[in-house]
Parts: sequence; C-alpha cells; structure tokens
Amino acid sequence: MNLHALFAQLLELLLALLLAPVLVGWINQCRAWLQNRSAPPLLQPWYTLNKLFRKEVRLADNASSLFRAAPYIVFSCMALAAAVVPTLSTELIFSPAADAIALVGLFSLARVFIALAGMDVGTAFGTMGSRREMLIGFLAEPALLMVFFTASLISRSTSLATIVQTLAHSEFVIYPSLAFAGIAFVMVLLAENARVPVDNPSTHLELTMIHEAMILEYSGRHLALFEWASSLKLFAYSCLGIALFFPFGIPESSGFLALFTAGGTMLLKLIGGGFGLALIETLSAKMRVFRAPEYLGTAFLFAVLAMLVHLLLETGA
Amino acid sequence: MREWQEIHWILLLVLGWIGLGVTGLFAARWFTFVTRVLFPLGAANGLLLALLALTGMMTGPQEAILPFGLPDLPFHVRLDALSAFFLLILGAATAGVSIYASGYFRREQGASPGLHCLLYHVFLAGMAFVMLANDAYAFMVAWETMALASYFLVISEHRHAEIRRAGYLFLLIAHVGSVGILLSFGVMAGSTGDYTFDAMRAFDGGTFWATAAFLLALFGFGAKAGLLPLHAGLPGADVAAPSPVAALMSGVMVKTAIYGTLRISFDLLGTRLWWWGVLVIALGLITALFGVIFAAVQSDMKRLLAYSSIENIGLIYAGIGLTLVFHAFAMSNFAALALTATLYHCINHAFFKTLLFLCTGSVLHATGERNLGKLGGLIRHMPWVSWLALIGILGAAGLPPLNGFVSEWLLLQGFLFTPGLPHGYLNMLLPIAAATIALTAALAGYTMVKFFGVTFLGQPREERLSQARDVSRLKRIGLLWLASGCVLLGLLPNIVISLLEPVTSLLVSQGRQLNAGMENWWLLAPISEDRASYSPAIFFGGILLLIGAAYLCIKHAFPAATTRGPAWDCGFPMQDGRMQDTAEGFSQPIRRIFSPFFRRTCELPSPFDRQPHYRNIVEDPFWYWLYLPIARLVDLVSRFVAFLQHGRIAVYLMYSFITLLTLLVLTR
Repeated sequence: MNLHALFAQLLELLLALLLAPVLVGWINQCRAWLQNRSAPPLLQPWYTLNKLFRKEVRLADNASSLFRAAPYIVFSCMALAAAVVPTLSTELIFSPAADAIALVGLFSLARVFIALAGMDVGTAFGTMGSRREMLIGFLAEPALLMVFFTASLISRSTSLATIVQTLAHSEFVIYPSLAFAGIAFVMVLLAENARVPVDNPSTHLELTMIHEAMILEYSGRHLALFEWASSLKLFAYSCLGIALFFPFGIPESSGFLALFTAGGTMLLKLIGGGFGLALIETLSAKMRVFRAPEYLGTAFLFAVLAMLVHLLLETGA
Repeated sequence: MREWQEIHWILLLVLGWIGLGVTGLFAARWFTFVTRVLFPLGAANGLLLALLALTGMMTGPQEAILPFGLPDLPFHVRLDALSAFFLLILGAATAGVSIYASGYFRREQGASPGLHCLLYHVFLAGMAFVMLANDAYAFMVAWETMALASYFLVISEHRHAEIRRAGYLFLLIAHVGSVGILLSFGVMAGSTGDYTFDAMRAFDGGTFWATAAFLLALFGFGAKAGLLPLHAGLPGADVAAPSPVAALMSGVMVKTAIYGTLRISFDLLGTRLWWWGVLVIALGLITALFGVIFAAVQSDMKRLLAYSSIENIGLIYAGIGLTLVFHAFAMSNFAALALTATLYHCINHAFFKTLLFLCTGSVLHATGERNLGKLGGLIRHMPWVSWLALIGILGAAGLPPLNGFVSEWLLLQGFLFTPGLPHGYLNMLLPIAAATIALTAALAGYTMVKFFGVTFLGQPREERLSQARDVSRLKRIGLLWLASGCVLLGLLPNIVISLLEPVTSLLVSQGRQLNAGMENWWLLAPISEDRASYSPAIFFGGILLLIGAAYLCIKHAFPAATTRGPAWDCGFPMQDGRMQDTAEGFSQPIRRIFSPFFRRTCELPSPFDRQPHYRNIVEDPFWYWLYLPIARLVDLVSRFVAFLQHGRIAVYLMYSFITLLTLLVLTR
C-alpha cells in the first residue's frame, strides 16, 4: 500500500463528491438548451443541497430507526461505489476490495435499503415506488452483470482495475462485442438512474414516478443525502461507462502529473457523456411502467449478444 | 482399550441426543424441565458436535464398526472431511434452533413438548447418522429414521386436514426418493452383494452402470432436496411444521441430500462423465429460477421461505454440476473453486434460512398470523426480531458484505472460468448460464424486500398487531447465534475457505492452494489476485467509515431540528394501513412478467359490485402436468390390481399355491 495510491483514492473520492452534483447540473443545463428553455445555473444542484441541509427534518409519526439510518447507508454505498470505479488511476486502495460483481452487489445493497425506506412509513406512494424500483432493479441487474462479464471475459478478470488496464493499455484491438455491451450499458444506466425512458427525474406525477415516490416522505438533510447519493450513482455509472468503453487516458501509475492529465481527460469525457445523456433524454419519451420489462429485456439480450459475439468471434479458439 | 477419537465422541453425542429425546418422553409432564433443561442441553450437544466435527475435518478419515443392526450386518461408520463438514453445519445450526425451541413451546398449546422432544432429537440423531454411515444398510436405516421423524414432526398439528395432506405428500415424495437411493446403492454394489461403501468404492461396473447409479441417486436425493420436478412436497411440509422444525428441515435436512449427492458422485462412483455435470447444472438452474419466481409471489411467510429454499438448493446443485464438469475435464483447481462455492452456499443457507424461519416463528407466535397480507409495522413492536431478520434477508438476498454474497460471488467466478473448457459448445453455453444465476440473485433481492418490507415495515394492517411483543431472552440468544453466523461467514471468507480445503482436496484433489490472497487474511482472491478479488472486511469497513464520517460532518455542520408529524403522502389526508401494497400487490409485476410459469385463477370484482370479492390463486403448474396424471395412473393400475382381490380365503390360498408351484418349477 503506497502513499500515491492513498492520495489518488482520496482525490478520487473527493472529486466524486464534489463533481457528482455538478454533472447533474450540467445534464439539466444541456437538456434545457436542447429544449429551447433558459437553463438553470450549473451549480443549481449544489444550491439545492445546501438549502436542504439547512432545513429541519420532518419525520412521519411512525417512521422507524431504519427510516433514519437509510439515507446514511445509501449515501455511503454510493460514495464507495464512486471510489471503487477507476477513473483517475487504476492503482487505488479500494480497488482490490470490490470487483465488478461486488460493485453490482453494492448498487443492489443501496437499492434494497432505499426500497425498504420507501416502505417504512407505509404510504401508498412509498410502497408503490419501492415495488417499481425493485422491478427495475431485478431486470437491470442481470443485464449489468452480463455487460461486466463480457468485459471480464475479454480481460480475463473481474477486477475493474485489470479490466481498464487491459482495455486501455494493451495493443489496440477493436472488440465488436463491446459495441453491443455499450448499448446494453447505456440502457441500464438510464433505467437505473431514473432517467427518461423509464422514469422522469423532474416529475411528481403519481402514475409515472419511481425513484421520487420512494423518497417522498424524506425532508431536510435526509433528503439532501438521498439527492446527493443519486447524483453520485449517476456519476459512478458515467465513470463506469468511461472506464469500460472509453478507457483511453486512465493512467496506470498515480504520479502527480498523471493524475492531473487523467483528471482533465475525465472532465472532458464527462462533459461529452453528459451532453449525450441529455440528447437521449430529449429525443425519447417516457414509457409506461409495464414497458420497462421489454426495454430492460432488450438490454439484457444485447448484453448476452455481446457475450456470444465475444465467445464466437474474439476468442480465436 | 483403543484410544477415543473424534468419531467415538461424535457417536456418543448422537446417542446423547437420543437419550435426551427418551428422557423428554418420560418427563413429558414436567413442562419446564423439558423446555428449559432438555432443549438447551440438546443445543449444547449440537455445539459440541460442531466443535468435534471441526477438529474431525482436520484429521484423516476415522472408521468404526457398531455392533448394532442385523446379525452379520453391523453398522459401519466413518468420519471424513466431507461428513465432518456436514456435521458441522448440523451442529452449528442446531445449537441456535434448539435454544430457540426451548423458548418456543407454550403450555397447553399444540402437541406436548415431551413428544416433540423425542421426535426432534431422534430427527437430529438420524441426520447425524446419515452423514456418518459407511454402508448402504446403515445409511438407509438412518435416512428412514430421519424421514419418519420429520414426518411425525410435520403432522404434529394433525387435527387440520390440510396439515395431514401436506405431511402425506411429503412422506410420499420422500419415499419415492428413497427407492431411487436404494436402487442406486444396489447398482453400485453390483453382483458382489457387499453393501459397505468401501466395496462400492472398489467396484467398477463400467460407464453404463455408473450412469445408472448416478441418475438414480440424483433422482432419490433430488426428491429430498426439492429439485425440480420433485419439489412439491417441501413447501407444504415447511408450512405445516412448527417453526423450529421447519427451520431444521429447510436449513439442514435438505443438506443431507446434498451430502448424499456429493458422497455418491465424487466418492463412491469411480467414473464421472461431463454430461452429468451439464444435466445437474441445467436442473439446478431451472430449479433456482422456478423457486425464486414462486417465492416472489407467495403471500404466506413460511411458504415464501420454503420456495426460497428450493431456489438455494437449485444454486447448490448448479455448483455441484459445475464441479462435475470441471472435474471431468481434469481442471481440478477450478473444480475446487466450484466445490468451495457449493459447500460455502450450503453452510450459508443453513444459517440464514434457519434464522428467517425462526423469525417467522416469532412473528407467528406474537401475532398468530402467517399471512403477509395481515401483518405490517412490526419493527416498532418487535425490534429484535426485525433487525435480526434484516440480517437474514440481506444474507438471503446475496448482498455484500453478508454471507450469501460470498458464495454467489464464488459461484459466478466459477462460471466465468468455463470459457476455458476444452469442449466446443460447453465453453459458450455455460457462461450464459451465469446470466440465470444473476437473474435468480436479483429476484431473490426482490423477494426478500417484499418479505421484510411487508412484514416488518409500513403501517400495521390489522388492529391487534400493536399488541405484538418482542421475543423472550432464550429465543433472542438463538436468533443472535444464527445472525452472528451470517455476519461472520460474510466477513471472514478466507478462514471458512481454508477450513473447506480438506473437503475439496478429498473430493477433487486440487493441485495447489485455491486462495491466492491467503497471506492477506482480509482479501479473498481465488486463483489469482489480478483475476478477481473481494475483501468484505475493507468493504464493510469502508461503508462504516463513510457512514460515520457523513453522520459526524452533518451533525456538526448542519444541526437542524428534527420534528415529527403525520406522513405527507403527496398531501393525501385519509391514509390507513389498507392503502399500502399488500403482498399480492407487491408481487403483481412478477405475476405479470412470468405469467407462463404460473397456473393462475383470478376473480376481480366489477366496479359496481356491492359486495366485492377478490380472489387470486397462483398454483404450481407441475401439480397439473405431472403429479395429478401420475396419481391418476396409479389409481388406474391399482384398480386393475383390485381384480385379484375377492375377499375369499380359498382364492388367496390358491394364489399362494400357484406362487409356490411356480417358484418350485423355476428353482428346480
């Protein structure tokens, strides 16, 4: 365990915590521009978080201790997830602790807690949201795992650091399987982060909401933690996408200069990726909840296809 | 006098269980003595058994001959790493369940605890003896003892017709399975007529007979374990049995079937073919998927858990199949990995499933209700049970950092090595099979959120739930024991894996040490660290650290007040417990997505109905495709046989006479 790795780890965690709300702000800005609206400021999510942290917490009468613990658990799961994904460097303290499968487990741990918190007060909306979230979750999780499996079959490892190293630093090969996996990954990303074709982050209409329904009873700092956690989740997913499909520029070492250039390229990629997400969200319409199985089933099929393509074409047996 | 080895002490402990049972029968009148003395003694016995089994795993095989049984047919017993491992599961799980059981029985209710005490301990002794037996005769005697004792425990509330029916089905399927096991032993004994396991190990009857023996054993043990399509007996029996018994049946008894499968396929049979493994993987995965989908739509707590057991058994069998495939292609390191995952899942399932069944039993005792649709909000009245059940569901859902995740992680790693198989189609199809495991694990999460959320969270759906009381101290100890097992098995995988090493080297004889990260106690890295690694300790520590940091920072930086008020619910003023999702509401998406799996009848009232009536029944299609046709066939055949029966003694005498004549002619 060297100091560089520790420094890179802390820097990455800090950057994730700071940049995640900004990424959400950037996507909102792009969306507004694409839709001919005047955009909110880039730091609007930070202003909202600041406001929420200062407000008093209003708990429902029958809220249990699980309800109060859930925001902290979900937040730290997402922070850990953002710290595990190799974005600045592949040499991180946490990276041997969790590989791709454990990362999926981490996401589902957070999902289970947020769903349980949604059921805790016992309102109609909360339980409905939990049910839908778990529905999306169990459909998306296998697809995500299949994407990871494709990448890990290519690099013969499920460790995220090794995957990124193989994809970024070995000799340049075009993997057709990764194209399919990429499509599947984007579909899962949209579904898991409550983005447009599956859920709408900016609505409180009961027929459509999933994520918002679960956290309806939250206020003050608890709500702020959930908002921060969901922006961290989006950030972690974006970084995962970058790490798996555009890993060029993620250094193996964690020297000062390397970290600096890595941070710069990451920012550029995030700006591009955020714009892409906004474009997808502008061009597509929200689906009915019961179209979600078809949508995620398609994502799963793409992921399986990616794996088959890899096994058929790329192993060269 | 020979030296006393572990096996003798273990036999003594098994005898001790029987002794406790018999004492319980004679002391049936002294309620407090039976519940407060005999059951805790049984728990201590279990704990000792677990410890002895642990030391027994390290030493080599030990054998003994018991002078019981028929003349010239003494019981052979043997303790090797495999049987010691399963005895460890039995002892450790029993320690928790027995302590819990001592607080479970109540005066003047249900069957007498004295009778229960006898059956319960005979059941335990039977299971232990199954794992010790070293000849087919002793094995079958122990197997039947276990089956009959569990049958009588299942029907202890025999006044309900439904419970008698469930017990009958359970017994029937168990015995159909026993026939398969018996025939399998017969095939393996071949023409030698020697039914000791040693003779079977030495016997080599060729591929055909080995396959026959394997398939018969798979059928027989599958019937006990609940492998598709022989699963129909288990859910009903688990629902009917008292909760501690259901916990043992679901958590431990099905493991005897796993033990039997492993014993026969890796120890007794000399040859192994790769397609056996493929068959077992396919059966296991189908069972797992079917089990979890059915678990997701159940509204009865115990039935839900029973189907979830079927799911876990499916995963375990998938692991066995994978081991067989790797072993057949002589990739012994990967076979060891798959076997480790299998055994790890066995012990994990024993812990979290017994824990969840006991939590269910506590809820049942406190509320008198098993139907999820009439529960809710119990976390406020039963905090101990609720928080311990939370640990159980996180384990059962396969979430890090608890135990279920470790074994699923290992199993997935095993499947990711299958592209290296030297076989054209297998190396493409088996990685895809990993997708089924992923789907099963995700659905298990859905099921467990439903189970916990509907039971313990939300508002109470019935008035009287607010009178529910938390469990007594004895029960709490039992639950705590099992829950801490779940946590430790999750956090310390390396220790568990190093304990499993004697078993894997006995069965698949791996070449080098499995865990490359062994020098770091905190890092689990099978095969190599570059390949994959997972460290539950850092993982858990990281989460705790971040939680602590977030909590402290927020507490100091933003000390805003916390007030309480009525729930907001988008401003809807008239909300009550009935407006939450019921268990059926929660599983509605599953019913819709997986509708081909179910046979479903649903009555929805029209909006203008003055007396609305809603009915929704989800049934097992196998019951109609498979079980009822077979039952009808048996009916038909027995009606044909009834031709022979006339009720007149002269006719029967004639039958005997003809039989004798035929035999004389044949043997002349």
